[in-house]
Amino acid sequence: MQKNNKILKIDYEKCTGCRLCELVCAVKHDRVSNPIRSRIRVIKWESEGIYVPVSCQQCEDAPCVLGCPAKALSRNDDLGRVEIDYNKCIGCRTCVSVCPFGAMHFVDADRKVIKCDLCDGDPQCVRFCDVEAVSFVETKDLGLEKGREAARRLQAAGKKAGTLLEA
Amino acid sequence: MALNRKIAYIDLTTGDIQVKPIPIEIRKRFIGGRGLDAYLLYNHTEKGVDPLSPDNVLLISAGLLAATCASATTRTHVMAKSPLTGLLGSTNMGGFFAPELAWAGFHHLVIRGKAEKPCYLFIHDGEIEIRDAKNIWGRSTTETQWAIREELNDPEVKSLVIGPAGETLVRFANVMTGIKDSGGRTGMGCIMGSKNLKAVAARGTTDISIAYPEEALEFNKRFIDQIASSKVNQTQGTLGTPFIWGATNSWGGVRARNFQYNQCEYADDIEPERIDEIATETMGPHHMAGCFGCQVHCRARYKLPSGPYAGKYDEGPEYTALGAFGAMPDCRNAETVLTCNYLVNQYGMDVLETGAMISWAMELFELGILTSEQTDGLELRFGNDEALIEMISRICSRKGWLGDTLADGGIPASEKIGKNSFDYLVQVKGMNNLHSDERGTPALALNVATASRGSDHLRSRPAIDLYHLPEQVLRKIYSNPVPYDGPLSSDHTVYEGKPWQVFWQENCYMAVDCLGICKYHTVFLGPTHPNFEDWAKVIHYNTGLEFTPKDIWDAAVRGNTIERLFNLREGLTRNDLQKGDMLNHRYFDEPCLRGAPDVVGRKIDKDKFIQMIDELYEHKGLDKDGVPKPETLKKQGLEGEPSHRL
Repeated sequence: MQKNNKILKIDYEKCTGCRLCELVCAVKHDRVSNPIRSRIRVIKWESEGIYVPVSCQQCEDAPCVLGCPAKALSRNDDLGRVEIDYNKCIGCRTCVSVCPFGAMHFVDADRKVIKCDLCDGDPQCVRFCDVEAVSFVETKDLGLEKGREAARRLQAAGKKAGTLLEA
Repeated sequence: MALNRKIAYIDLTTGDIQVKPIPIEIRKRFIGGRGLDAYLLYNHTEKGVDPLSPDNVLLISAGLLAATCASATTRTHVMAKSPLTGLLGSTNMGGFFAPELAWAGFHHLVIRGKAEKPCYLFIHDGEIEIRDAKNIWGRSTTETQWAIREELNDPEVKSLVIGPAGETLVRFANVMTGIKDSGGRTGMGCIMGSKNLKAVAARGTTDISIAYPEEALEFNKRFIDQIASSKVNQTQGTLGTPFIWGATNSWGGVRARNFQYNQCEYADDIEPERIDEIATETMGPHHMAGCFGCQVHCRARYKLPSGPYAGKYDEGPEYTALGAFGAMPDCRNAETVLTCNYLVNQYGMDVLETGAMISWAMELFELGILTSEQTDGLELRFGNDEALIEMISRICSRKGWLGDTLADGGIPASEKIGKNSFDYLVQVKGMNNLHSDERGTPALALNVATASRGSDHLRSRPAIDLYHLPEQVLRKIYSNPVPYDGPLSSDHTVYEGKPWQVFWQENCYMAVDCLGICKYHTVFLGPTHPNFEDWAKVIHYNTGLEFTPKDIWDAAVRGNTIERLFNLREGLTRNDLQKGDMLNHRYFDEPCLRGAPDVVGRKIDKDKFIQMIDELYEHKGLDKDGVPKPETLKKQGLEGEPSHRL
């Protein structure tokens, strides 16, 4: 099986705050609608109009993997993700406390931790987000779009400066 | 699951709270949301109840599909007897409140009585608390919401609140959630104020199970693709509803200077592109925001670029704000429109009613019907931006003779002002008309005149009438799920076939108001948008309930009939200019002075208009007086109402 180098890329500036990603994530994984079961969460500052989706970054050197006393968390290179082995998990929530992104969650009703599993390669949050605030891209291409945007701004600024000099 | 969400009866006088399930049989008949609210209102109020008395009942609800895996199941519905019209009060809003209420375990709240001192409700996972509102009374709509979160120490709490205008009992005070999601029409904020109820806060973490999750997900995806692929929604998702303003104004379908013109000229500064520019400059290129689970994302985030509130964050402005604070008072300055929009959002007043009342007063002032003494020296003329802004604040705080007078709504104000002021008040059933001008579009005029909550464009407007769709396309839309082989015309200037379109749309909008889905996901905007057949599937996949498209139609018809029964009980008579299905004389007497060739010179032909109403009544099963015939009630199973079953 070919190694998966695709990763969830979150471009929060594009997020419209609709939380459809939370809805479909919970329905896909748990067959219910309930945002506290979602692996992706849109954190909001409504008074300023700021919306930031937060999900597992599938870290290369993941604090949750390092911190897990039961060795229940491990990296799966084939699927490009960090995953939980529920047979080993003791429910100590260490991963929840050490995750620097707050992307590990503990679901009270089920008494278990949850995290993004990239829907085994077809992330539903990406599929449903038409503004592409969440996308699924090759790690090597992560910086491409931002780079092109920055280059365009540089070019526009240069052109503007040129116009000013001529004037 | 959605079907185990409850109904709560809350008495603010006694503090008594009772929780009951919603029987499936009631679901089959009224679905939920607005339809069930109408049933509850008719059953829980007595004839002639004073809207501001503790005996009036306030209903707050989430639709049947709220928070399920269907798209844009975001709408909250609020109903009571209106303090503005004395008839049906009903308003519907987007945002995130309804899903939160559903996750908290409830679909309907039936609130009666009056709290001894200001209070708010906190609803969380099956529990309901009545809490002291001393820390939030007097605060603006947004401050109230953030203060509740702080007090409850939970940033995820969603609240439906009133602002200062609800507290001072402005008859058109609204209810709000978020920055600008408003239940604007018919003064439901005034009802909350009269009950000393400042807010309803909700926080829910209970599961709503989905009957067929795979199917629901796939169907939702299809829905979204269907909507997102339409040009009209793409434009809506880029420019927001101002795009409709731009289009209708350039064509000649916008009231200007109250009702003197049908187009606002030289309005570049408030064109949708200019509003988009302001949002881009202050919030960046990706400034559109969406309600829960909706991919239309039709509201802009922006900061006020200048003026007394420069730098303040706000959302919108909507189509309505551009008309209410732009064309109608003849203001053509973005800074002023955005300032007005910000103020009404913070005060919690209906954008439309506020702008229309002030524009009417401006016309009266220019005609000399209102005097400088009555305006306390304010030069209330068209185009006087400062006077416009000042008047908004005076209405909210009921300051001065005119502020207090206008705050009571159009008809009481016209009685106080006297002379022939009523003739200039463009209203139906006591509520002002939208800023759109329907003199060139009989179908839309019929919709405004017959809407159940008073003059309104969101109850039965066949907006696609303006698209000039081929007749076979119209026939496909309008002969489902019940057959129709009468006339239909692609020409928006004719009167033939329009009553059926209005009747059909009335049921279409009632259906989505029962389900809790936004109207932008219906044929309101696009002929290819989801329809009764799609909703039958969506209901089934999400709740497991079996509804045929015809069942949904029948439930919608039933809901509309109940609303009619309520209005008749409270005094609606067909031709009454104050409480009937009749337009202001200006529609029949004053021709359009501006606009495209298919608008200019047009006015509504009164005889043909009355004939249209006759036809609409026939479609609705009403007699010539607009009263449901006994066989209609029997057919719809409403002959025993009010039955007090729930």
